[in-house]
Amino acid sequence: MGVVLDHLDQFRHGIVITIELTLLSYALAFLIGLVVAGFRVSPVGPLRAAGTAYVETVRNVPLAVHFVLFFFALPKIGIIFSPFRSAVIVLAYYHGSFATETIRAGINTVSVGQAEAARSLGFTFPGTLIRVVLPQAVRSVVAPLGSLFIALTKNTSVAFLISVTELTGTADKLATDTARPIPAFLGAAAGYLLLTLFASLVLGALERRVAVKR
Amino acid sequence: MIRTRGQLAAFLVALTLVGGLACGGGGSSQAASSKPPKLAAGTTMAAIQQKGKLVIGTKFDQPLFGLKDPATGKIEGFDADIGREIAKAIFGNVKDIDSKISFVETVSKNREPFIENGTVDLVAATYTINATRKQVVDFAGPYFQAHEDIMVRKDENSIKTVTDLNGKKVCSVQGSTSIKNLVAKAPQADTSITFDTYSKCAEALGDGRVQAEVTDNSILAGLAAQSEGKYKVLNAPFSDEPYGIGLKKGDTAFRTFLNDTIQKLEDNGTWKKLFDKDVSSGGVSPELPKIDRYS
Repeated sequence: MGVVLDHLDQFRHGIVITIELTLLSYALAFLIGLVVAGFRVSPVGPLRAAGTAYVETVRNVPLAVHFVLFFFALPKIGIIFSPFRSAVIVLAYYHGSFATETIRAGINTVSVGQAEAARSLGFTFPGTLIRVVLPQAVRSVVAPLGSLFIALTKNTSVAFLISVTELTGTADKLATDTARPIPAFLGAAAGYLLLTLFASLVLGALERRVAVKR
Repeated sequence: MIRTRGQLAAFLVALTLVGGLACGGGGSSQAASSKPPKLAAGTTMAAIQQKGKLVIGTKFDQPLFGLKDPATGKIEGFDADIGREIAKAIFGNVKDIDSKISFVETVSKNREPFIENGTVDLVAATYTINATRKQVVDFAGPYFQAHEDIMVRKDENSIKTVTDLNGKKVCSVQGSTSIKNLVAKAPQADTSITFDTYSKCAEALGDGRVQAEVTDNSILAGLAAQSEGKYKVLNAPFSDEPYGIGLKKGDTAFRTFLNDTIQKLEDNGTWKKLFDKDVSSGGVSPELPKIDRYS
């Protein structure tokens, strides 16, 4: 384990990048999820179609492929993002598709009576969605949204493909520098466990706090 | 083609000779070493001869050195051919030497573990000998002397030598030693962009994400050739990269055997023949490496 202890600074830096990637892209993915889930249940046909098209194309292509395509294909039409920004964008829209489906499932748990009541009180469709349905919907899917957060935390490692030196990238670099890959990757595993176990704790508390009491 | 046919002819001659000798029941000839050579009992090479298979770790994606032909599945290149010569030293002149070899793909990350846990008997995979790696594995050779060099876009004129890379974005491959050497020579170079393959670096060079790519000249030569004139190699070498054969640490008898084998290949002209066949098309000039029998 000496390899890890000797390079704690590098590991710390890697973990910070992993945390930044996770928090930024999860926030964006959650927003995407709210908006697109709204599209998917909206009365406007084209919006529903666009929402479905987004979810099905993004969700059904592996993350690594998204990364390489986004990073290497866009420059061919003149669009260049830095590796870190590219990673945040790709992680956000990839997990946004899962967030969409999760939130949509939450919307389906809210009884129709709620929407009908809102409408009879004069709420428009967006008003009904934002003020009445979504607050209840999201609360009922805190657990799967938490699972998505943990999945995203680990999926940030794919950003290493486009040269973002997060935790996995750090381990890989150390593996080369020291010719000792096993301790280096054990160090990375410990880092991810630390992050995800902490996230699990926070999510568990959050779940108990906001769960819909029935 | 002609060379292959020439080899085939040589093989046929050797076979006839061997056949004739077997019938005649005696005599000796260099070409007629049909019987496996005698190897000291208890050594690694004797054990390999016993089990009948030499397991070689090599790259499958490295033009000129170890490249898997997708059509035939054959591993081609200088590393693979050096491996074949070692197999011949262990098994004698077998008709189809590949039947005595199992090639296992190794990438930069798994070379040491594969040697340590015995997945492979040896690694010949553009494997630079250095002090850090020597703490974990042992090296025979070097059997090839590469140098790090710089590749830029065709229209790039501000970069001439390695020190010009200060302040420039430079790409190299994850798990290679190139970056360390670069930073020693050009401390202000921005090396934040790294990928898992050399071709992705070349792509980033084309996209303008980086101004240069650095790695061994032998590898750059292959990339520049593939780019159809988009990139050029500067021919401004800034480090020595001796490629060695990695083997289990402490196996001195095996290391001596491998060193002797490499020396023989250099002395009898086989090395030059293989170089011409595998590497010369990349525009790299041959350089007979001096074997380092460190203790």
